[in-house]
Amino acid sequence: MTSFTLDDLRELLGSIAGVDEFTDLSGDIADVPLADLGYDSLAMLELAGHVQRRYGVSIPDEAVERMTTPRGTVDYINAQFATVG
Amino acid sequence: MSASDADVGAVVTGIGVTAPTGIGIHAHWQSVLDGKTGIGRITRFDPESYPVRYAGQVPGFAARERVPGRLIPQTDHWTHLALAAADDALGDAGVDPAGLPEYEMAVVTSSSSGGTEFGQHEMERLYRNGPSWVGAYQSIAWFYAATTGQVSIRHGMRGPCGVICAEQAGGLDALGQARRLARSGYRLVVSGGTDASLCPYGLSAQLATGRLSTVDDPTRAYLPFDAGASGYLPGEGGAILIVENGRHARERGAGEGYGSILGYAAGFDPPPGSERPPALRRTVTAALADARLAPGDVDVVFADAAGSPDLDAAESAAITAVFGQRGVPVTAPKTLTGRLYGGGAPLDVATALLAVRDGVVPPTVGVTRPDPDLDLVLGEPRELPLRRALVLARGHGGFTAAMVVGTSRRR
Repeated sequence: MTSFTLDDLRELLGSIAGVDEFTDLSGDIADVPLADLGYDSLAMLELAGHVQRRYGVSIPDEAVERMTTPRGTVDYINAQFATVG
Repeated sequence: MSASDADVGAVVTGIGVTAPTGIGIHAHWQSVLDGKTGIGRITRFDPESYPVRYAGQVPGFAARERVPGRLIPQTDHWTHLALAAADDALGDAGVDPAGLPEYEMAVVTSSSSGGTEFGQHEMERLYRNGPSWVGAYQSIAWFYAATTGQVSIRHGMRGPCGVICAEQAGGLDALGQARRLARSGYRLVVSGGTDASLCPYGLSAQLATGRLSTVDDPTRAYLPFDAGASGYLPGEGGAILIVENGRHARERGAGEGYGSILGYAAGFDPPPGSERPPALRRTVTAALADARLAPGDVDVVFADAAGSPDLDAAESAAITAVFGQRGVPVTAPKTLTGRLYGGGAPLDVATALLAVRDGVVPPTVGVTRPDPDLDLVLGEPRELPLRRALVLARGHGGFTAAMVVGTSRRR
């Protein structure tokens, strides 16, 4: 089964929503609110779109409300992987 | 105008330029004085199959060097150009927005096309792959207010913000609104504008007006007020200006900056076929009245210079009616950039303020058979004492605006 890791999330956030001099995604960010890292709900919608296209899983728009931290996001995406087997 | 009027007036204290003539005031002004063109073959896409293949493009602009990394994938090229120019303008004004009350700073820009290049990319994904392929940032990147919004967020400016879409006239309308806000007490307004619609979709939309020149020679395609006028070439970029309340500017030691916005008026043409005259003449008269100046107080006119014989004749007639035959020096440095739509008039205002500062009228380039009714400044810059410049702008569909800028001192 495919699994989605924190590093996968780091790579996606950097490539689709950008990084700047104020963002450090390399440290222990698992429980840092994504809003504090500078990623708003629009960034998470963009992320959800990429995950859906890349992995073929379904992520409803409402799910973005639950993606408030990197850990929560990774867990949610992995749970979606499990549903498609 | 008395000193007390200047106190409540609106002054321009900072200028940022991202234009085909260069990035930054110094590069731009040097290109303008040297008559160095920014027009060339379009490189942002392959224009071979299009009837227009030349345009003014900003040389050497790298978003990575000038735009926060976070904002690059979220915004269109037109917004990138404005964010860079806004940074430069604030730096030029010596203003640190972080130290000022956020509700006393406003942002008003002009935009004619919005984020067409970004939008085209997302539409291609829609038609090729389906709705789920359209990026979430499409929702904020391509609409007209995107630049204003991103500047507002980046610099923490939460006063009245807006965007004005009036094609080439929009830049003066935005600065007119900035002046209104500054005079009503807002400390500073980030204003002006850019446009950048040099993509297949954007160029196709522009072609629909029939006003672009299809002459296959970048040095002969855009010749306003010339007997061989054949339309205009488009361009990208523009200028961002910092408009400050005159009293605040003086109190912080910025004086009158580059000069004041002394007068402004807007008009709208009657419908096609009407017997009423175009709005330009009465708009010029209204702008002069607003500035409490007479035609003789204006030292130079920066023309709209549409480049089509009919529109050039109408502008020449309006200038001649107000100032007399060959009654005032007229110039069109936009012959070096093409028409920049929402960015065009702000760049003209910036150039006009630099002209007043240095006492030199930059030339119109390429014109060899000029309208004999106009004292068109050709070939070389013309040095003369300048206090006030009139900037004219007309947008496709009837938008008309006029602005007087310069020193508020009588002598």
